[in-house]
Amino acid sequence: MSTPVVYGANRPFDLPSAQRRIIAWTIYVGFFALAVGVANGLAQALNYAHVDIFKYYPGMRTYYQGLTVHGVFNAVVLTFSFANGFVQLTMARGLNRPCNDFLLRAGFAALVIGAVLAAYAMFAGKASVLYTFYPPLMAHWSFYLGLALIVISTWLTSANLFAMLSAWRREHPGERIPLLAYISVVTYIFWDISSLGIAVEVVLLLLPWSLGWLSGAAPLLSRTLFWLTGHPIVYFWLLPVYISWYAMVPKQVDGALFSDAVVRLVFLMFLCIIPIGFHHQFVDPGVSRGLKFAVAVLTFTVFMPSLLTAFSVMYALEIGGRRRGGKGLLSWIFKLPWGNPSVSAQVLAMLAFMLGGITGLMNASYNMNLTIHNTAFVPGHFHLTVGTAVALSYMGIAYWLVPFLEQKELWGRRLGVFQAWCYFIGVLLLARGLISGGLAGMPRRTAISLVPYQEPAGWRIAGMLVGVGGTLMFIGAALFFLVLFMTVLFGRRKEVRDIPFTETIQPPQSRGWQVTMDRLSYWVAFSFVLIAVVYGPFLVSHLPPRLVAQPFQAF
Amino acid sequence: MEVYEKIFASVAAAILVLFLGALAYGALVLKINLPGHGEVISPGPGENLAVAVLKTPPFNTPGVKQVSPGKYEAAIMAQAWSFMPAEMDIPAGSELTFKVTSVDVTHGFFIPGTTVNMMVIPGHVSLETYRFEKPGTYLLLCHEYCGMLHHTMVGKVVVK
Ligand code: HEM
Ligand SMILES: [Cu+2]
Ligand SMILES: [Cu+2]
Repeated sequence: MSTPVVYGANRPFDLPSAQRRIIAWTIYVGFFALAVGVANGLAQALNYAHVDIFKYYPGMRTYYQGLTVHGVFNAVVLTFSFANGFVQLTMARGLNRPCNDFLLRAGFAALVIGAVLAAYAMFAGKASVLYTFYPPLMAHWSFYLGLALIVISTWLTSANLFAMLSAWRREHPGERIPLLAYISVVTYIFWDISSLGIAVEVVLLLLPWSLGWLSGAAPLLSRTLFWLTGHPIVYFWLLPVYISWYAMVPKQVDGALFSDAVVRLVFLMFLCIIPIGFHHQFVDPGVSRGLKFAVAVLTFTVFMPSLLTAFSVMYALEIGGRRRGGKGLLSWIFKLPWGNPSVSAQVLAMLAFMLGGITGLMNASYNMNLTIHNTAFVPGHFHLTVGTAVALSYMGIAYWLVPFLEQKELWGRRLGVFQAWCYFIGVLLLARGLISGGLAGMPRRTAISLVPYQEPAGWRIAGMLVGVGGTLMFIGAALFFLVLFMTVLFGRRKEVRDIPFTETIQPPQSRGWQVTMDRLSYWVAFSFVLIAVVYGPFLVSHLPPRLVAQPFQAF
Repeated sequence: MEVYEKIFASVAAAILVLFLGALAYGALVLKINLPGHGEVISPGPGENLAVAVLKTPPFNTPGVKQVSPGKYEAAIMAQAWSFMPAEMDIPAGSELTFKVTSVDVTHGFFIPGTTVNMMVIPGHVSLETYRFEKPGTYLLLCHEYCGMLHHTMVGKVVVK
């Protein structure tokens, strides 16, 4: 007795083809950003191996200009575009109703205009402030305005999701929200709350400052607002991928999701525990140790939903592997459809995420942070998470999504499988290099090929691994673009009616405690209260802002 | 199956609690601590931050001073793209307290192989103490991006 995770599973998915085009283009904007991002990534990886190819990149004056483009394009433009496009689609499928046309278009427009503005500032060399843009490094106003518009595009996307949900609820009073729609909308509610920190920082402090309307910058306050959003942003990168891992991958491997309630619980835990950004400020002055330790404890708490995910998703895979004839404790793994590039890319992404999760826990470990803060260990960690668990999953999702959006057959399935392995092996080497280098004191965000000192033991070999691994990742990504390009331009016409979605073995209950999970306003209120408790005293004591720092633009 | 879910969740939670215990032990018993809340430097109305820093002790006389036998204190100014002073000499076995502030942007203050790792934020004083047991030359790096020549911002601690 299993239940589909969508409403109207047996009826055709009615998404107007004009909306399908906009969703497709939203996602292509993201992949275009990824293409630019990985081109810079290659140069960065080779830099750590003491090969300076940056000087051959047109328009890139410094290492840091390229690094800014890499961070902003990969971690902001790619992820936000993909999330906007993908989650509007999953919401539409979850409720089986079309999007609001105006909001869909407005979100796309804000995204494109924002990305163009930010790109202009970065390529003109007027915003080499990295994707964290800590003041008083001051970028051109178009950089801040561009970022603000990109965030606004996610809010417009949320508005679309809310409009769809409330219309559906009016037609279905008292019914449980279909799981796919539930996790889609919770992802965006979570993000809307999380994004307030950066919104306040950019709109009230940085943008007016860059236009000359404020007398200075408040470095610590800005950092704090940045990380108020900058921590949960990593879950905003991740949750659309969780949607795929929970609701789609089980179907793709002939398995099923076990429990509806656990998935809702996982997403709610993310929504409830937002205010832990201080763990990025463990070694900042001006933040008390008590607060730092409290936040370390909270951070460990949000490790729970990811552990639950590991369990649920692995079980869903196991159901699939066994249904496909797998036996034994572990040999069902070999029965998974590894020849399907969408599956192999995402299962490899999950493996990378395990390593990423463990290294993340190390970062979060209060005083252990003293050995790794701002060393190469940190990019070593997050190329396993956002750089692979997320980015490689996007590629895996694209292998069914693009055929659906274009109504074309995927070109180069075998190449797709190869691409995923190449990227995966690449990131293992790159991360191994960055992590061991970091433990030997190799700093991140540093043009290592140009440093004026004798490098300590261990950096050279670490740097070589980074160079080799980064090159493999680059090749893997380039092959992905080849597959994408060929599919979109030359793929054979083929009707693809629906997107994959799974069923749950334990369906949602229509009475009892589970129903409270759908009363979203309760959880939103709880989330705000926790933010107020953790951030309130700090923020109040920093008001009015001490605008002590003068602009700095030597980049 | 629900049973397995519960077992898994409890084991996971127990491991996390254990880890947190280890961290608390490290902080409270072994005294491996993060930098805490330090002093604040506020320029007066219309005053430049650099001017305010130069007027504030101990940054009006940057450098290393002995405070008691075996205990030293270094007042250091970070600015793009150097530390002032860039070299600190102390005898082996002594304890050195770093007091660092920035006159322009956010910098880093990191000595690989030690637990000295802090952010240096304009308007704030970063504080960290470390006992240098082994003689040698320790590399001091700025490990937060601070502009075009960030990678050249280095210094050293010489322990004799
Ligand atoms: C071919 C693939 C890639 C390669 C070779 C690569 C390489 C690198 C390297 C070596 C760094 C460290 C630079 C430094 O600290 O000096 C870096 C930073 C970074 N990468 Fe990647 N990367 C790749 C893909 C990605 C992807 C897919 C994402 C995210 C979706 C990503 C996100 C980031 C971010 C956020 C940073 C930090 C930037 C900063 O410190 O400001 N990278 N990358
Ligand atoms: Cu975080
Ligand atoms: Cu620096």
